[in-house]
Amino acid sequence: MSVSTKAAPAADQEMLISGCAAIAQALRLSDIDVVTAYPIRPYDTVMQAVAKLISNGEMDAEYIVAASEHDQFEIVKHASAVGARVFCGSSGVGWMYAMEAIAVTPALRLPMVALVGNRALDDPGAFGCEHNDALCVRDLGWMLTWVDTAQEALDTALIAYRVAEDRRIFLPCAIGADGAFLTHSEVLVKVPNKEKVDQFLPKYDRGDKMLHPDNPITIAPQVNEDWVMEIRKQNDEAMRRARGVIQEAYRDFHKIFGRQGGNPFVESYMAEDADVILFGQGTLSLPVKVGVRKLREQGHKVGFVRLRWLRPFPTPEVQETLSRAKAVGVIDRDYSFGSPNHGAVLYNEVRSALYDLPKRPHVISFVCGLGGREVTLDSVTEMSEILLKVAKTGKVEQPNYWIGVRG
Amino acid sequence: MTGSIEVVYRGIFQKTLGQRITRGIVLAAVKEGRVGISFGRYGDSPERNGIPAKSFAVVADNEEDLQTYLSRYEPTDNDVTVAVDDTLCKGVESWAWYGLQPINKLTRSGGVVLTTSMQSPEELLEDCHRKDTEWSLAVLKGIASFSGLWVYKDDHTDVRVLGAIARLAPHVVKLESVEAAIRDEWNDELKVTSARKAYERVEARKVRPDEGNPERPYEFQLPKWWEMKEGLVIPGIPVQQDVEGWEGGYRPGRNPTFKKFATRTMRPVVDFEICTKCTLCWLQCPDSCFDVTPTGHYDANMEACCGCGVCEAVCPVENCITMVNESAFGDNASQFEMYEKDKDTYKSWLKGKIEDKATTDRTHGFQLRGKYEEEVQEIIREVTK
Ligand code: SF4
Ligand code: SF4
Repeated sequence: MSVSTKAAPAADQEMLISGCAAIAQALRLSDIDVVTAYPIRPYDTVMQAVAKLISNGEMDAEYIVAASEHDQFEIVKHASAVGARVFCGSSGVGWMYAMEAIAVTPALRLPMVALVGNRALDDPGAFGCEHNDALCVRDLGWMLTWVDTAQEALDTALIAYRVAEDRRIFLPCAIGADGAFLTHSEVLVKVPNKEKVDQFLPKYDRGDKMLHPDNPITIAPQVNEDWVMEIRKQNDEAMRRARGVIQEAYRDFHKIFGRQGGNPFVESYMAEDADVILFGQGTLSLPVKVGVRKLREQGHKVGFVRLRWLRPFPTPEVQETLSRAKAVGVIDRDYSFGSPNHGAVLYNEVRSALYDLPKRPHVISFVCGLGGREVTLDSVTEMSEILLKVAKTGKVEQPNYWIGVRG
Repeated sequence: MTGSIEVVYRGIFQKTLGQRITRGIVLAAVKEGRVGISFGRYGDSPERNGIPAKSFAVVADNEEDLQTYLSRYEPTDNDVTVAVDDTLCKGVESWAWYGLQPINKLTRSGGVVLTTSMQSPEELLEDCHRKDTEWSLAVLKGIASFSGLWVYKDDHTDVRVLGAIARLAPHVVKLESVEAAIRDEWNDELKVTSARKAYERVEARKVRPDEGNPERPYEFQLPKWWEMKEGLVIPGIPVQQDVEGWEGGYRPGRNPTFKKFATRTMRPVVDFEICTKCTLCWLQCPDSCFDVTPTGHYDANMEACCGCGVCEAVCPVENCITMVNESAFGDNASQFEMYEKDKDTYKSWLKGKIEDKATTDRTHGFQLRGKYEEEVQEIIREVTK
């Protein structure tokens, strides 16, 4: 499909849109070339929003309806190899169905940006939010970030292209967006004008990795075992470099748009002087922040730290923000069956990051809000109380709690 | 005492054969109260049509010795290296080996290379690369044990090799235990007889370091991680290159480090006198093997040719391209250059190769129906005489 692009509005615009529609706006502003679609909730609202933008003539991109999630990712992979800026996404089991294509993307150094509208990995046909879908790429060489608001979703999508397409990186980036809470909630979002975005986001230039008749190369021919370790090492180096490139990108973003200042990797809320800190990612920040405020009013020194980038994992920031506390409670909207301490994924990541510190807080695992269940204010109070007790006694009675589970 | 056997075979065609031999060794060792392991080393491509692949058997007196020996990926000091196809004596590019690995490379000093062949040890020695230390070459008379894709044809090569190993390396397995293992595993007295006859007839000939093919097998360095292009990107190679020593003509672009001759059991010989220059062989060769000569002929480059036989199949001129058993050749020299240098010598050379075809022809099972059965009869006559 090819429709001429209407001139973008010159001034920033405020729109009442959902997190998914905010991503779609970011895709319009990024001039993406190819987008694939295969419906699954809650990711599908983004592809509907993109379709609408294209049919309204506000956006010019190839919109390819694929036969499955797997095809979807294969299509954008190849489009990216020939120099197209691409977007793709999915949710829950759909994301898992595409896993073969997803798993090989980092080794090919294709900087696709993908949205995971977080959804429980069925059964029983749950549409609710859970993070295990996106977490499956944690160890595959994808950069992985979680957003909290529709504004952050838009901004992060722009930043994701800038970082992923940086020649020093060339790694795919997945944006985790909590199903329903973020994907389907409409709020006022500042949509920047195109000139600013162009200033921030250069054109995708694949350089000598561009698959083109004028640049005769082969990508991913069959190689034997003797090449694999070197390829993994190259990806590791790129991921290590990502930290600096992310910082650069946020600095420039802040300069141009006036938003996203502060530390790109973690959001710290009343955590400076906190005795106990709740730690988590995604939209649970809303009830947690409210809960923290209430507890503060009661004189409890509670704080909150929200992780924004899981890969690359911001070890220095996590060490710095959490080491001051006596007890840290990691709230996971995911689980890792049979893992150390029967804790969840983030919990184990955080504990590992803190291990080398001379003085480290107790870390408790809270499994909460699985499958779309609410993280309530009561849950926040319950978790805080457990932490406050640990802080006071210095004793961990139980490393792991399931918060809000029936029974 | 630890003993180790390596079986080099042609992927797919001899996969089951290789496995049966190494399993047989372990089963025999168990009869002696020893322990062992039989395993394969494979990649995707080495299991494909005729590409050299390997099976190993390691036996030891106890688990500790076995583990100590196996604390590396590939046994590098084999008591016996078995080549179940004699063209493998020219060297192999096997699993995770870049460059040409001489057949005796992993044979320990004083060890034996055992090959099934209709050639004499002297003829085979012209193919086997020289080794710094003394080693032995043993020939078990027999045709290459090839059969169709995925199909295993039972021609007793497995048990004959086992019998031969018992003779050549009795510290690895003894004949009695081989016999007992065969009875257990195959329940076939004729197989026991085959093994015993092989045991009686096989003889090893000592090879001095100054004997054998003096050529240096080609090798190259694998790149470091920071030397490799990121993103699994392999730069293209020039579309065509000049050929050194030729004025005119050209060679299609080829990766200089990717040679395929070790996969070959047959090679094409071209009769340039009757070639019509129709280009079909050049077009159809899946490996772009043909160098285009200054005269407009097509010269199959023997470093690139994998011996698939497509060119023979597509050439419309009868007897213009003929696939001939690889063992009839001593080098990879250009046929066209030989032709240009002295047409008469070339003609008689060509005649000799093609005339010989009837006796040196090979079977890939699918190629000539019924041929394999004839060959099996031939080998049975050979074994039972
Ligand atoms: S046998 Fe013929 S077609 Fe096959 S690789 Fe060799 S030259 Fe090419
Ligand atoms: S196919 Fe045969 S006749 Fe045609 S060019 Fe090749 S060798 Fe010559």
